[in-house]
Order: sequence, then C-alpha cells, then structure tokens
Amino acid sequence: MSQYAEAQEELELSHHPSPGQYVKIAVILAILTAFEVGISYIDALSDVLIPLLGALAIAKFVMVVGYFMHLKFDSKLFRYLFVTGIGFALAVFTIVLVIFFSAEGGPSPGGPG
Amino acid sequence: MATGELTPAVHEHHTSTGLDNTKMAMWAFLGSECLFFGSFISTYLLYRNQTADGPTSADLYDIPYTSVSSFVLLMSSLTMVLALAACHRKDQRGMRAWLLATALLGMVFIGGQIYEFTEFAHEGLALSVSPFGSSFFVLTGFHGAHVTVGILMLLLLVGMSMFDRLGPDDSRKVELIGLYWHFVDIVWIIIFTVVYLIPS
Amino acid sequence: MATAAAQGGLFRRPTATTGWWSWVTTVDHKKIGILYCATALAFFVIGGIEALAIRTQLAVPNGTTLTAETYNQFFTMHGLTMIFLVVMPLGVGIMNYLAPLMIGARDVAFPRINAFSYWVFLLGGLFLYSSFFLGGAPDGGWFGYAPLSTQLPGNGMTFYALGLQILGVASLLGAVNFIVTILNMRAPGMTLMRMPVFIWMTLVTAFLLLFAMPVIAVALFELMFDRVYNANFFNPATGGDPVLWQHLFWLFGHPEVYIMILPAMGIISDVLPTFSRKPIFGYAAIVFAGIAIGFMGWGVWAHHMFAVGLGPVANSAFALSTMFIAVPTGVKIFNWLGTMWKGDLHFNTPMLFAIGFVSMFIIGGLSGVTHAIVPSDAQQTDTYYIVAHFHYVLFGGAIFGLFSGLYYWWPKVFGKLLSEGLGKVHFWLMFIGFNLAFGPMHILGLEGMPRRTYTYPDGMGWNLWNLVATVGAFIIAVSIAVFLVNAVRTKRKGREAGADPWDGRTLEWSTPSPAPAYNFAEVPIVKARDDFWHRKYVVKPDEQVTPVVAGGAVAAHEDEHDPGHGIHLPAPSFLPVLAAPGLPIMAYGVIYSWPLIVVGGLLLLLALFGWVLEPSEVEH
Repeated sequence: MSQYAEAQEELELSHHPSPGQYVKIAVILAILTAFEVGISYIDALSDVLIPLLGALAIAKFVMVVGYFMHLKFDSKLFRYLFVTGIGFALAVFTIVLVIFFSAEGGPSPGGPG
Repeated sequence: MATGELTPAVHEHHTSTGLDNTKMAMWAFLGSECLFFGSFISTYLLYRNQTADGPTSADLYDIPYTSVSSFVLLMSSLTMVLALAACHRKDQRGMRAWLLATALLGMVFIGGQIYEFTEFAHEGLALSVSPFGSSFFVLTGFHGAHVTVGILMLLLLVGMSMFDRLGPDDSRKVELIGLYWHFVDIVWIIIFTVVYLIPS
Repeated sequence: MATAAAQGGLFRRPTATTGWWSWVTTVDHKKIGILYCATALAFFVIGGIEALAIRTQLAVPNGTTLTAETYNQFFTMHGLTMIFLVVMPLGVGIMNYLAPLMIGARDVAFPRINAFSYWVFLLGGLFLYSSFFLGGAPDGGWFGYAPLSTQLPGNGMTFYALGLQILGVASLLGAVNFIVTILNMRAPGMTLMRMPVFIWMTLVTAFLLLFAMPVIAVALFELMFDRVYNANFFNPATGGDPVLWQHLFWLFGHPEVYIMILPAMGIISDVLPTFSRKPIFGYAAIVFAGIAIGFMGWGVWAHHMFAVGLGPVANSAFALSTMFIAVPTGVKIFNWLGTMWKGDLHFNTPMLFAIGFVSMFIIGGLSGVTHAIVPSDAQQTDTYYIVAHFHYVLFGGAIFGLFSGLYYWWPKVFGKLLSEGLGKVHFWLMFIGFNLAFGPMHILGLEGMPRRTYTYPDGMGWNLWNLVATVGAFIIAVSIAVFLVNAVRTKRKGREAGADPWDGRTLEWSTPSPAPAYNFAEVPIVKARDDFWHRKYVVKPDEQVTPVVAGGAVAAHEDEHDPGHGIHLPAPSFLPVLAAPGLPIMAYGVIYSWPLIVVGGLLLLLALFGWVLEPSEVEH
C-alpha cells in the first residue's frame, strides 16, 4: 500500500472503538431491545408507549449509526449526506401523514383514518 | 504484492475533500435509501388499520418471535464490525470468519422472515386482501430483499478473500459493505418499532 | 499489453479507441455525453411527431386524426418522452461532457457506472416504446393518477410503471456519480466558490435526483403491485387511497421540474457572461439561489393537488411556500439581466437561445405564480392554461437553454462550429413557432378548454386559437429540421473551431477541440474563478481589459510528439453494456413470464460479479 493510503488508513483507525467496546455497545442494544419489547406489554404505560418506543428506537439507531457505522468519528460531510436524507424523509412524510389524518385532509369515507 | 510492478493502479487519487470516492458514494446512496424506506414506512403507517375483511396486526403479530429475529439482526451488526476490525488488523482468517457469521445471522433472519410470511399467509393475509396486507408485505419484503443482497455481497467478499482477490484496499470494500449492512439493520430497528410494537 | 492474469480480472479488457465497439465499451465521459445527447435528440424528434399528431387532432373541433384511445397513448408518451427521454438526458449528456472539463478532472468518479447509466437509459426508453408494438403504449397520462392507472386494461400502464423504474435506476446512479465527481475531483485550487455556475447547478440537480428518485420508485412499485399482483395500495374498495399516489408522485414530481430546469439555468449562466464579455452578475447570489431552490422545491409539491380536497390549511401552506419559491428564481433572473446590462453583447446563436430562455422563462414563471393562488388555480387547473405554463418553462426555458448549450459547446465537442446563419434561422423559427403554439393556450385555458381530452366540440370559441397553436407546432418542427440539417452539414464541411472560438471564461476552452481523451495534458492549477479568462486577460484598476501577452490557451498546441504521455485513464469495459439488459429483461418478466425475472436477475448478478472483479484501471 502506498504511503498516502497508509497514512489515510492510520488516521481513520485512530478513532476506532476496540472490539471490546463494540461488544459493549451490542449488549446495550440488546438490552434496549428487550426493554422495548417489555414495555410494549405493560398496559399502564400505554399512553406514553409511542413516545417511549420512539425514543428507544432512536437511541438504538443513533448508536448503530454513530459507532458501528463510524459516523461519529468520520468526516462531517458523510453526516450531512445521511442526515439530509433522513431530514427530508421525516419532514415530507410527516406533512403527508398529518394531511391524511387531519379531519379535513382526510379522505372520502372508506379511506384511512 | 509489491508496488511498482504491473499491478492495477491503486485508487490513491488525491481527492478534493481528502475523502474516499466510494465511501462518499455509499453515504450518498444511504441518504437516498432513507427516502425509499421512508416512503414505504409512511405507506404502512397510513394503511396499518385498513384491514378490510382480512386479519389485523393484533391477530397476527407474534412479538416474542419477531424480537428474537430483531436480536439476531442486531448481533449481525456486531459481527460485521468485528469483521472490519479483523480486516484492519490484517487478520484475513478472522475477517472471513466474522463475515461468514454475519452472513449466517442474516440468513437466520431471512429464514425467520420467510417463516413469518408463510404463517401470516396461512392466517389469511395477502397483498390482495387489504392495504394493510399490501403495505406490510411490500415493506418487509423490500427490507428482506435488501438483506438478501447484503448476504450475497458478504459471501462474495468471503469468496474473494479465499481466492486472494481482495487487494491492498480490501478494508475499504469491507467497510462499504459494512455500511450497507448496518443501514439495513437500522431500517429494521425502525420497522420493528413502527410496524410491530406500536399497537393498532 | 498486460495479460488478463496480471490485470487481475477474469477477462481481458477491451482496448479499442475507434470504431463502433469503442462506443459500446466506452467509459469516457465525453463519448457517453455524446451518446446521451444523440439519443435524446432522436427521442426529441419522436416526441415531436407525437406532438404534431396531437396538434393535428386538435387543429379543428371534432377532429378525426386520432381515436380517443390513440390520443391517450400519444399524449401520455409525448409527456413521458419529453421529460424522461429528452430534457433529462440532454441535461445529463451536457453535464457528462462538460463537468469533468470544467472542474479540471480527467473523468467522472465512476466511469463504468456512468456508462451503465447510459445503457440503462437507452434500454429503458426502448422498453417504454416497445409497448406500442406489444398491445399499446401507456395511456393514463405521464402522471399516472390512480385509480385510473391501476385499473386501465392492457399492459400499457404496466410498461409505464416498469419503464420509469428502469430509467430511475440510471438517474439515481448518475446522481451519485456527479455528486462524488464534483465534490471530490476538482483540480487543485478549484474551490467550490470558484466553480462555474453550471457546475453548481449540476450539483444541486444531482442532489435533487438523489432524494427524489427513491420516492417515485416506491410509487411505481406500489402501482406495479396493484396492477400485476392485485395489491390494494390505491384501491378505495378495501380502504386504499388514490391520493397517496398523488402525494408520492408529486413529492418526486416537483423536484423533478427543478431537475429539468437547473441544468439549463446553469448553461445560460455560463453562456450569458461569455457573450456579454462580463462575469456573471452576483455569482454568490445565483449560487445560493440555486441551492435555495433545491431545498424549497421539496416544500411545494401539493400545489399540484389544490383541487383534490386537502383542506384549507394544507392548501394555504402550500400556496405560501409556492409563492416563496418564486423569490430565488427571481434573484437569478435579475442576475442574468445584470450580467447583460452594459455588457459588450454579441448575438451569436448560443446567446440568442440564452436570451430566449430568460424571456420565455419569465413568462412561464409569471403564469406559475398565478397558479400559486389557490382560488385562481381552481379555475386554471386541468385547463390549457397549465399546459401553456409548463411548456413556457420547459420548452421556452429548458429546451431553449439546452439548445444554447448545444450551440455553445458543439465546437468543443466536435471541433467545428455550427453554421451561424442556419442557427439564427433555427432560433427565430423556433421562437416564433413556440410562441404561436403555446401563447394562445393561456387564452384557451382561461376560456375553459380542458386538457388531456382528445377533442372539443364546435361553438366553444376555441377553434381559432387551436388552429394557430397547430400552425405554431409545425413551425417548430421546421426549425428542428433546420437544426438537424445544420448538424449534418457541419459534420461534412463545418468551420474549424479551434480551442476557444468564443473567447470563453472557463476551463473547458483551454483544451484542444475536440477535447483529447485525457482532457488535460497537465492538470490545471486554478487560481481564481474564471481562471482561464484570467490567464488570457488582465483587468486593470480602471477596468480596462487587456490580453496577457503569450498567455491564455495553454494547451491549444499539445506536445505533438507525445501528448498525454503517462496519463492513467479508466480502461474501456463491456460489463456495463452486458449488465444493462438485465433490467428490461426482468421487466418483461413481470409482464409476461416470471422466469424471465430470474434470467434478467442472473444476467445482472453475473455481470456485476465480473464488474467487481475487473480492475478499474490498467497501467498504460
């Protein structure tokens, strides 16, 4: 490998978590998943279930993207590329679903909502 | 393989941002995939209660079963990242072992999906039954197709490594397929929560 | 020549540099650009014939040229052709040829994917057109509204769903390619704010494609599942909602119109300065306006749905966002006018088309603003007023802009200048024909003539303007014939152009014409915006422009003994053209026989397998 490519790789590797840390993250992810499943059965939490599940899912998402996909340590450009995609998706589909489920934007009888 | 011989020219082009072309391409593609899955997930959210005369999610979903499936896919992300770490350490055998493990866990996931699909079909859910049926199968089906493509790519990597076809920049290829694989995993994180856990 | 083993691939890579095989295996962005443009121009003629058939049918009331069924196929295919097989690929073709040259690169980031995108485009277009011979072309409009599109009998709309899907693959891959190329392969010193405006617009277009194509892909998959596999995405009987189709379609569809116009805006942002002999007025403003349009274009899609019944809140919100998006567009118009103001204007053909763009686009933009007002749009929607609007922006705008680019860069691509005389005939005939064809449609629309209908009754007061519009359409056709004659004559005996026939400002003019395979003998070091201009001229404090002695066109005379020695170029490959047919084969499989899906998929897989194992570069 050329000197340039080697230098590049060293720069990237210096920020990598160790295998042990990866395993720890995986354990946390498993625990969060078990949590998610557990609380979905608890009736008392049904009012806050959706925000809670959402928060847990987001936590898992961020951990996998940040650590396993290394985005936390990589160039911000990659973050912008990915976050822009997520941002557009969230924004436009929130608007679409709000239009569908609001009273007036709702469809003709027999439709969703 | 020593440098300077008649080797394929290594991609050590100096780039304007200092970032690798293929890695940038993969992140751009993954940004695009957010819109792809976002569209299918929104369709599902719109139609999850449009069950016509067919079975509903409450009738069908087996949360413990799907949780195990989700756990399997999550662990495959771990094995993937361990494969990349092995690759960085120049441990080709370790890399192959972890890549194979990732592919195997992926296959277990797909197997689980197939089983779930056939169960639901037996209970009367189909594309043609209701918008819920259509959006459930198409969303999870496309996700499964993505996983399958990932498995094929993982096996290709293992094969290339075994036949000495992974050159000096092999860590980049492994990294790129890793990014794709993790993405497919995080899509499932969303799907699992939104489709299975949120009650109708 | 290195053997296959030493190369590390399974096959020896092709090496031809001339002849038809070199075109089939090319990965050179310049050849690919020419292929895109030539193919797009061929489809332009076909789409134009469809338009002439439509206009002949509508020239008189109760027309009998086309039956209703045929008319539906023609207007659907006219729209699909012009959008997906003409305007988009012309833009992509010009971007392909010029982008690496303008940023000082030797090729795009992924040359084989670039070639693959072209072949997929060609085969996708042919797939779509094969429908005419296989039971009938799509007939549900280019916008494919459900539940009509899900229920129309025959295979036409299935060809629509699958054909656009195939074309979408080409576009998405192209988008990734151009994003990486522009961000990562600029010559030293070419900072983002020194890039030509055309490159900025290419970058924004690529991002729009990146994020919009997946949405239409989903819509088309859902349509396909409804039609072929009895799904219920848009089936009201089981609780499906056809409005979902409209949302998904226009979430793509609105960014799509910016995808069509931004390259043309970029082109004239480089043509106007050259022929005004002034730099672009307000470079930063025009760049940021372009970026703003890219972002805001995502917030206006439901203005195509004002008559659907989304409710006053949604309607008002989208009306506002639509009015706001006129602002960055307006900024650009002032930038272009400011460029020409007090410039030393030269009215060569590229300049005529560029000025034509600005004026026609203003008209189209103004009618667009009138649609933004919801009650007004309730009157205009589904009438010829809308048809007038989008032809003014897409023909008067995009097509004029693209022709400006073709005339401008023709000498760079082919080494010969198109005839000025014929060029001016083309322009004026097209300008007159265009305005005759589409100007009266504003009136027809406001007088209530609905669109998408194959005939109209007598006595509505629409006869005269329809006839005028038809005459205009035929004048346009003549103008295109003039252009084609020009192209052929120039090939035979055109004037030699030299490297820099227009005294241009940007890097592509520093290479010989046609540009050599390796683009630049030496990678340029860029010191300023319009770097090439500054190598040729010095601007004194009193604003006097004086030529630099012995400066300028560095590479007009290459090292004749050994030009381009030691330059690594991506080697040709037949794998893109081998892989591409896999997609239409799978599509035919969906319509006719599922084993074909497997065959197509295997072809794709095996070709990609070979692709991965093929080294992407070979030492010369």
